[in-house]
Amino acid sequence: MSQAYAKKSVLWDWLTTVDHKKIGILYLAAGGFFFALGGLEAMLMRIQLMFPELGFVSEQTFNELLTMHGTTMIFLAAMPLLFGFMNYIVPLQIGARDVAFPFLNSLGFWLFFFGGVLLNLSWFLGGAPDAGWTAYTPLSSAYSGTGIDYYVLGLQISGIGTLIAGINFLVTIINMRAPGMSMMRMPLFTWSSFVASALILFAFPALTVGLLLLMFERLFGATYFAVEMGGNVVIWQHLFWIFGHPEVYILILPAFGIFSEVLATFSKKRLFGYSAMVFATLIIGFLGFMVWAHHMFTVGIGPVANAIFAVATMAIAVPTGIKIFNWLFTMWGGRIQFTTANLFAIGFIPSFVMGGVTGIMLATSAANYQFHDTYFVVAHFHYVIIGGVVLGLFSGAFYWWPRMFGYKLNETLGKWFFWLFLFGFHLTFFVQHFVGLMGMPRRVASYLPGQGLDSLNLISTVGAFFMAFAFILFAVNVVVSVKNKSEADPWDGRTLEWGIPSPTPEYNFAQTPLVRELDPLWYEKMHGNGKLKAAEPLDDIHMPNGSILPIIMSFGLFVAAFGLIYLVHPVTIIGLLITLVCMFVRSIKEDHGYHIHKEDIQNEEGAG
Amino acid sequence: MAQAEEVKHDQALPPYPEKATLEGKNKFLGFWFFLGGETVLFASLFGTYLGLRNGVADGPTSQELFHLDLVFYMTMILLTSSLTSVFAIINMKKGNYKGLLGWMWATVALGVAFLSFEIYEFWDYTVNYGLGFSTSAFASSFYTLVGTHGAHVLFGVLWISTLLIRYAKTGLTLTNAPKFYTASLYWHFIDVVWVFIFTVVYLMGV
Repeated sequence: MSQAYAKKSVLWDWLTTVDHKKIGILYLAAGGFFFALGGLEAMLMRIQLMFPELGFVSEQTFNELLTMHGTTMIFLAAMPLLFGFMNYIVPLQIGARDVAFPFLNSLGFWLFFFGGVLLNLSWFLGGAPDAGWTAYTPLSSAYSGTGIDYYVLGLQISGIGTLIAGINFLVTIINMRAPGMSMMRMPLFTWSSFVASALILFAFPALTVGLLLLMFERLFGATYFAVEMGGNVVIWQHLFWIFGHPEVYILILPAFGIFSEVLATFSKKRLFGYSAMVFATLIIGFLGFMVWAHHMFTVGIGPVANAIFAVATMAIAVPTGIKIFNWLFTMWGGRIQFTTANLFAIGFIPSFVMGGVTGIMLATSAANYQFHDTYFVVAHFHYVIIGGVVLGLFSGAFYWWPRMFGYKLNETLGKWFFWLFLFGFHLTFFVQHFVGLMGMPRRVASYLPGQGLDSLNLISTVGAFFMAFAFILFAVNVVVSVKNKSEADPWDGRTLEWGIPSPTPEYNFAQTPLVRELDPLWYEKMHGNGKLKAAEPLDDIHMPNGSILPIIMSFGLFVAAFGLIYLVHPVTIIGLLITLVCMFVRSIKEDHGYHIHKEDIQNEEGAG
Repeated sequence: MAQAEEVKHDQALPPYPEKATLEGKNKFLGFWFFLGGETVLFASLFGTYLGLRNGVADGPTSQELFHLDLVFYMTMILLTSSLTSVFAIINMKKGNYKGLLGWMWATVALGVAFLSFEIYEFWDYTVNYGLGFSTSAFASSFYTLVGTHGAHVLFGVLWISTLLIRYAKTGLTLTNAPKFYTASLYWHFIDVVWVFIFTVVYLMGV
């Protein structure tokens, strides 16, 4: 069996893989590609806004750029990159050999990938979507071209993938934990991934429905958003934000988890207030569903509704504040190491707090009428998303890189990257607060000279170039550090993922570990022999077989989407049939996987 | 323990074959989560319908359309199909595989009957009352909500039929027990959704 496995080509192996570690790396690669694409779109916009009335791109192109920048960064970059870490790290942190549904895990990835490709093909096929990432009706339903069809179907396909991934993580974390790994011993990254997955489960179906309605409206003549037919345009806004607000917590909670791991490891202390951190995460997740209408204060839903949503929004500052103080207390009295990963975590704290403060300002519904749709809002959400999520992603990248790829990223280059990126980030977005307060509206392709906006916009663009240059340094770092081989536990880690050989074996743990305390590896280092205790004797390990079906299923939906966009029904039917036949095959063909023999494991462990 | 004694197996299966393996446990829990997501999906569709049900433009209103007798038959059929799927699972727990298959086929038949009524209903509204998909916001949201439910019934019929044909001769195994069990969970779920449709759409609409 293992010989037959070795014969398969590398490409076929990656296309059919159901290994959570390889899928994690696929998520990182695809997410990294889309991140670069979204960054490029941002740079083009910043160049256009460098000077007043610049004709670098047309107004139409600008609308497409701003729409695709937002959509790409949220759906195709930030979330998949977090999924990359979740996929690779969560099973290792709970002492599992795999996720609960390896096949669905692969399907989730390929659906996301084909959805993202579909969305981006719109650039070449009649123009990208141009109604903003929020795609408000009736602009998106009655006044936009085929770009919106790509938006609707691309997000629908990748959204199904996200939902599948969310369910997979929920079940994995509940059912697959090693003996002794109680819920209250789970590392914070696992906890925050768990809560984020629950948010995905309950938030994404609202987007699914919103997109379904918009698709029916545009392609089949439904009239939900046509006021003259009794429709109502605000329904889209409600559905979108019932999804959209939990979405920002889906992004930030795993990043919070990464910071909790990194700060504890590099302060050489256990995380301060572990249970308070867990409950704060849960409360943020719960309140995240109660605040969607704060995106709609100026729609006219009335003073009572506005007041309720304003207060609910401000309440989120309490659990978030608990987290901030717990991170500070984790560092307090610790032996802090200023590695690149930790620099990102430390840089995150003040940056994110600034985004939080402007969040409270925006939540003040009366004042919101002044801030709404200005650059103040743009500054706010970039402070929480770059200052929170992106810094978290880079912190996680430097921290887990040795575990995932077997080599350490260069620290000197990494520190240059950190300082340039942080400096560029604040330079770009700090001034946008003031640009916004002066009244510059967001999403407009240019501005007039002599209104006090010129120099601030120029500063902002210069900052964006710093960020772009810094990102190139990161890409260089990834390449030049390849020879910098790392040992299995380079950071003197605390959690299970550092207790196994490097590179990570296919089966993760030769013997399922026994967990005796929070930070199990650290506990064994202090109270045991420094190695994880086994919870079972060495035995054959059951593994799932790879499958090509997920990629074909996703491709079927991709084909069907083209049929829908151009209303060529045979193509739609063929596409859906491809997917359904694959589902049918999957259902009737029993696949019981294979076993890795205990002798092979002994050989491998001995060699490692 | 008392339950375990009642269970008779044609093979040496554990007492709860649907949850005996880790794979079965994962499937069971994952499917409950999936139904949680489906709940939000239907809640969003219900919300949309409630927001638009008076937006009839120049088209017919729900009072002109709905006839409770037809909907009553459809409700009875679907509720009965839920009962038959319960009988199927009881037979599975007793180890009576033939009984499981028979009651599941009855469930499928009732599902098909329900779908036929629904297709007739939509045809009737379209042809005799002039309620097209684009007639009004009420029409669009009505067809979307009830049609999405109908699509779920159709998927359930296809899914359960596939299982019944595939496992016609295998007997109950640790692999197919979770499949039948989740299929019955799914069937109960679409039944519950219909109870809400009956109440919110039809009873509030006549």
